[in-house]
Amino acid sequence: MSEAEKTKDDKPIKKKGNLKFILTIIFTISGFAAAITANLLIPQVSEKVKMEVYQFGPIDATMNNAYTWVLDTLIVLYTVIGVFSYFKKERRKKYRSRAPFRFAVGIALALWDFLGTKIQVLPQPFFPGPAGIIEAFLIEGDYIIQNTLYSLRLFSVGFLLGIIVGVGTGILIGWFPKVYYWVSPVLSITGVIPAVAWMPFALTLFPTPFSAAAFLIVICTWFPVASLTASGIKSTPKAKFEAARTLGGKTPYLVFHVAIPHAMPQIFTGIETANAFSFTTLVMAEMMGQPGGLGYYINAAKVWSAYYKVFAAIVVMAVLFSLITWLVGLIKSRVLRWQRGLLK
Amino acid sequence: MSDTILEIKNINRTYRDEDNMVEALKDINFSIKEGEFVSIIGSSGCGKTTLLRLIAGLDKSQSGEILLHGKKITEPDPQRGYVFQQGSLFEWLTVENNIAAGLRARHIYKENRHKVSEYISLIGLNGFEKAYPHQISGGMAQRVAIARALINDPEILLLDEPMGALDSFTRADIQDKLLEIRKMNHATMILVTHDIDEALYLSDRIVIMTPRPGKISEVVDVNIPHPRHRGGTEFLAERRKLLERFHLAAAQPQPEYNI
Repeated sequence: MSEAEKTKDDKPIKKKGNLKFILTIIFTISGFAAAITANLLIPQVSEKVKMEVYQFGPIDATMNNAYTWVLDTLIVLYTVIGVFSYFKKERRKKYRSRAPFRFAVGIALALWDFLGTKIQVLPQPFFPGPAGIIEAFLIEGDYIIQNTLYSLRLFSVGFLLGIIVGVGTGILIGWFPKVYYWVSPVLSITGVIPAVAWMPFALTLFPTPFSAAAFLIVICTWFPVASLTASGIKSTPKAKFEAARTLGGKTPYLVFHVAIPHAMPQIFTGIETANAFSFTTLVMAEMMGQPGGLGYYINAAKVWSAYYKVFAAIVVMAVLFSLITWLVGLIKSRVLRWQRGLLK
Repeated sequence: MSDTILEIKNINRTYRDEDNMVEALKDINFSIKEGEFVSIIGSSGCGKTTLLRLIAGLDKSQSGEILLHGKKITEPDPQRGYVFQQGSLFEWLTVENNIAAGLRARHIYKENRHKVSEYISLIGLNGFEKAYPHQISGGMAQRVAIARALINDPEILLLDEPMGALDSFTRADIQDKLLEIRKMNHATMILVTHDIDEALYLSDRIVIMTPRPGKISEVVDVNIPHPRHRGGTEFLAERRKLLERFHLAAAQPQPEYNI
C-alpha cells in the first residue's frame, strides 16, 4: 500500500512545474507583502490614532512596526513551508490548494489596516485595526501570557480529571448492570444541565475559585466521556468476550483488554465533545469569578472599553484552543492507529 | 491413542423461544478418542453449534454432563481451543498480538514469547506480523484465529465452521493446514460444518445430526487413508454413500409435535 504511494510520489517532478510552484510561493506571500506595503505607504489619515512608542531593550517600536514584524514572520513562515513543500509532490498539492486563501488573508489584512487604522472608519473603540490588537501585546504581553497560563492550568486540571472520572464511571456503568440501573438516569438528568449553572453552588462548596472552576470543567467533561465510554463498553460483541474466555481470559482481561479497547473509538468521541464543552465552560467560569484567565482578562478589558485587548485575548484563545484540539486529535490517531484505513 | 478423551452424556438443552420451548439438543450421547478428528454435520438448526459451545463451556445444558478426562466441563478453558466462525479477532491488536492474546490472558507471555513467531510461520503469515485484522484477507484472518487457539496447546481444538465464509480455494488451503497441524501435534479436533466434502476430507468419524429436536441420527466411520484426494475413487465412493445416508437421514419422518 505504502510502496505504491511511494513510487507514485517519487515520480520526477517536471521542470515546467518547478517554475510554476515557485510562482505559487511568490503568489502566497505577495498578499502579506501587499499588506506591509499598504501599511508603509498609506499615510495615517485619521488623527484619532495615537502612535505610542514602546521599548524592547535597545529597539523602539510603534504598533505599526510590530504589525509589520508579524507580517514579516508570516512571509518567512510561508516561504519556508513553500521550500519544504517543493520536494514532495503531495505537499506541493496541499500548498498550492491553500495559496489563494493565504493570499486573500494578506489582502484582507491590508484592507482592515486601511479601514481600521489609517482612515479609521470602523466604529471605535469596538473595531480596532490589526495593529491595534497587536498593541495590546506591546502594552501588557506579560500580563496576557500570565492569564493564558492561568487558563491553561485550569483547563488542564479540569479536563484531565474529567476524563479520568468520566472513563472510570463509564466503565462501571457499561460493565455492571446494577450501576447502569442506578447511575445512568442520574447521568442523563444532570448531564444536560450546562456546567456553569452550578457556579454559585461550586463557589460556596469549594475553598478557592480555581477549584470551583475546575469542578465545573470536570462536570462538563465527565458527562459526554462517561456516557460514550459506557455505550462503547456495552456494545462490545459477545463473540469477542467468548473468544477471550476460551483463550483463558478472566474478568480483568475481559474488561481491560477486550471491552476498553473496543470502546476506545467512542471514548475518544466523548473526549472530543468534552473538549469543545470545556472551552465554553472555562471561559464562562473565568468571566463569572476568577482571579485570572483569558475570560477574566476579557471582562477586565471590557470595563475599560479596551476592545483591542478583548480581541487580543480572542486571538490567543483561537490559537490555544486550536493547539489543544490538534493535540487531542494527534493522541486519538495514535491510540486508534488500528482503525487507519478502516474508516473513511 | 484410543483412550477416550471426551464423554458427552445424556445432554439435553432447551431454549425458550417466546412461548415455545425449542429442544436444541435431546439425549446426546457420544464419546471421542484422543487424537481423533470428528466432524459434526447437519442442516442449520440441528444443534451442532450448541453442542460445540457446550463442549467449550460457553453454554450450559439443562441435564447431562460433558467430561474431559473424566472431569466435568463447567466453564471455558484454554485446554479447549475454540475457533469461531468469523470476526472474533481483536481488531485493535496486530496479527502477532492477536496470536499472543492467549499467552497474555494467562500471564505467561514473557516465558513463551518465542512461540508467537513459531505459530506465525506455521500458518504462513510471515511479513504480516504488524498488520491489523482489517488489512488481511478472510482466509488469513481465520488462520490467525486457528493459531491464536493453538498457541495455548489445547488438548482439543473446537472448530465452529471456521471456513464457512471462505471461497473454496482458501477453504481447501486451510483444510490442508489443519491436517498438517494435526499430524504435527496429534491434537484432537472437533469440527462443526455443513460441508460434506470438508467433513469427508478431514475426519476419522462423521456425526450426522438432525433438527427438531437436535439429535444424533448416525455416526459414520471414514476409513480412507491419508493423504486423501478430493477427486480419488475411494473418496468419491464414500461421498456418494454419505450423500445417500444423509439423504435418508433427512427423509426420515419428522416427529410429530405433541406438545
